[in-house]
Amino acid sequence: MSKQINVALIGNPNTGKTSIFNALTGLNQRVGNYPGITVEKKEGVCKLSRGIKAHIIDLPGTYSLNATSLDENIVIELLLNKNDKNHPDVAVVISDVENLKRNLLLFTQIKDLKIPAILVINMADRMKRKGISLDIELLEKELHTKIAVISTRKNTGIDKLKELITNYKELPTQQCIDINSIDPEYFGGLQNAFANQNLYKLWIVITQDVNFVNLDRKLVDDTSAFSTKSESELKKMQHQETVKRYQFINKVLQNGYIVDAASAKGLRASFDRVLTHKVWGYVVFFLIMLLIFQAIYDWSNYPMDFIDGLFANFSEWASNTLPPGTLTDLIADGVIPGLGGIVIFIPQIAFLFLFIAILEESGYMSRVVFLMDKIMRKFGLSGKSVVPLISGTACAIPAVMATRNIDNWKERLITILVTPFVTCAARLPVYLIIIALVIPDQKFLGMNLQGLTLMAMYILGFLTAIFSAWALNKVLRVKGRSFFVVEMPNYKVPLLKNVAITVLEKTKSFVFGAGKIILAISIILWFLATNGPRDTFHNATSIVTSQVENQNLTEEELATQINSYKLRNSYIGIAGHAIEPVITPLGYDWKIGIALISSFAAREVFVGTLATIYSVGSEEEDTIKNRMAQEINPETGQPVFNLATGISLLLFYAFAMQCMSTIAIVKRETNGWKWPMYQLVFMTGFAYITALIAYQLLK
Amino acid sequence: MKLTIAHLKKGQRAVIKGFSTDIIPIKLLELGCLPGNQVELLQIAPFKDPLYLNINGSFLTIRRATALAIEIDMIKENDSL
Repeated sequence: MSKQINVALIGNPNTGKTSIFNALTGLNQRVGNYPGITVEKKEGVCKLSRGIKAHIIDLPGTYSLNATSLDENIVIELLLNKNDKNHPDVAVVISDVENLKRNLLLFTQIKDLKIPAILVINMADRMKRKGISLDIELLEKELHTKIAVISTRKNTGIDKLKELITNYKELPTQQCIDINSIDPEYFGGLQNAFANQNLYKLWIVITQDVNFVNLDRKLVDDTSAFSTKSESELKKMQHQETVKRYQFINKVLQNGYIVDAASAKGLRASFDRVLTHKVWGYVVFFLIMLLIFQAIYDWSNYPMDFIDGLFANFSEWASNTLPPGTLTDLIADGVIPGLGGIVIFIPQIAFLFLFIAILEESGYMSRVVFLMDKIMRKFGLSGKSVVPLISGTACAIPAVMATRNIDNWKERLITILVTPFVTCAARLPVYLIIIALVIPDQKFLGMNLQGLTLMAMYILGFLTAIFSAWALNKVLRVKGRSFFVVEMPNYKVPLLKNVAITVLEKTKSFVFGAGKIILAISIILWFLATNGPRDTFHNATSIVTSQVENQNLTEEELATQINSYKLRNSYIGIAGHAIEPVITPLGYDWKIGIALISSFAAREVFVGTLATIYSVGSEEEDTIKNRMAQEINPETGQPVFNLATGISLLLFYAFAMQCMSTIAIVKRETNGWKWPMYQLVFMTGFAYITALIAYQLLK
Repeated sequence: MKLTIAHLKKGQRAVIKGFSTDIIPIKLLELGCLPGNQVELLQIAPFKDPLYLNINGSFLTIRRATALAIEIDMIKENDSL
């Protein structure tokens, strides 16, 4: 293997770090997790000249090396730990030309760790409009670095950056600040105690403990023996350090960075006037939400119908073409319908991620935080809870992770607890198919009634989340300091490439993540549905034939009777009947009951499960929807999926905590089983009661 | 009564003088909220909270409670930048 250069991309949030990462690696990237924690890890490979390759890590955005969250802590651990296989040979610090002053703070800290650093000044296309001029040569000299001026929008400067990475060994390693000068006595003592170590590195290790983020002690030096300062003294010194860094930066920028305010033009003020307006701001927000939901329902219908039909045909093709036998049955009745149950939702999930990506990229999301903070606080949430609640419409897992930037623990905990109520993409399959079955396809006030029902389900999810937050706020006694600061980034036209890559990555991981579970469950279900206790299941043909001897059935009717007898007496049928007493009051038959139970692995399994159960039970291949519509309750002779059952199911899925992955992530983020167990019991109990009431009233 | 950022009206500018508590988070300082730097109130959210500021070229939103702890000196209307 040829030697790769380890490169770390570091920068403040909103500096276009991801654009640079995408420009360097293209699609040659993968997203994973850091071992043991759920911080997203993006890495990729970039080809440099002369056959050299660079391994690039896109680190979480951070304002400084004083970490206050798990995500920021990743950056520090990687920079401090020389033994980590990803420890960077060179750090590429990304800055935004308009916020250079603030962005340089992090840069000077990284320089002081003596890690070779390249400075990227990004968004160079905005310089002219903002009246900014740079003296690159001077800046390079004063900051002891090499600079690449980049515009990912105009695609300039990337080659220069690649060249600088290739020649990283030539980078100067002088420090920017002499930390010693803050308190010579203290720092002198510290240096004596750890003679071989970089002084600034020692200082970061000490101050991280003050910030209550625990560095992994195995990886860095243990400085706990050296504590001659109190916590508040250390904090004061951190303040001094920040002041000192800004003094340095101001001096550097005085001549190297000139802004001609007269020629500065900006759209910020005019956009903000509308988007953060006390009336128009909310109107725009509401309209955007409306657009998203109507679009998800209407636009994605066409590809979804297509996919549904495709899988039915595929299944039929498989059972007709492959040699008959158990394996073919498994593929045609288990695997293909199960997979169809997830693939069909790709259009909607992609749309949802598309909208969220655009809202984030454009800078609009922060305005929503600003508008909603005070309102949300009345319910014990934070303006920052809006982001998790909106991302919760895609998936609760990234949403719960997104609560990390809520600094107040109580607000954060409440956000984590209520986020699973928000209608996630996994509920969408269940809602759509049930709505399609029980709600008429008619216009109401010019809008599609099915679309309106779907929107009502989303609103229901939000309202339940908000109301439970309000209740939790009254009940919970959690102490925590309140602190809130949000950056309001510039408005930007989202870069097509960034949005496309985000949508692709997120959809891919959703489909593959869910796909694995669904595939496994489909196979298990198929096995349980096609096997049963010896005496009843295996003698099904003779039992049924003797039962209906006098009824003069056609061969086809007889086959159907035999199949349904078999299913009823399979393992899954037996299990389903065992739980019937519990679910009958909700209006469900045993097949729905099985789907309900398998949904506790992941909600989207519902459709796949029914698809598997129904295809085992019938001879013909058909679309999932048609098959559900044809299902008749043998006792009443009415369709199983009628209005009462449908509404009851919708409510159950709206409220129940049915996702193992969410439980796991809540456990991790709250450090224990207490909160996820509360969620499981309360949400599912509430779901059962509301579904029960709805069915009993409507039937 | 000491003047703080919370006393600014929309469009008014001031210079940060200091902090009335020790608990000013380091993150705010890192974003440029340091004594001597200029602050402008750009927008107040509905229900008077939070505040949308331009501090030293950084565009930030902070809550009224935090703003009350940041003391300022007003800049008169006719002063130049």
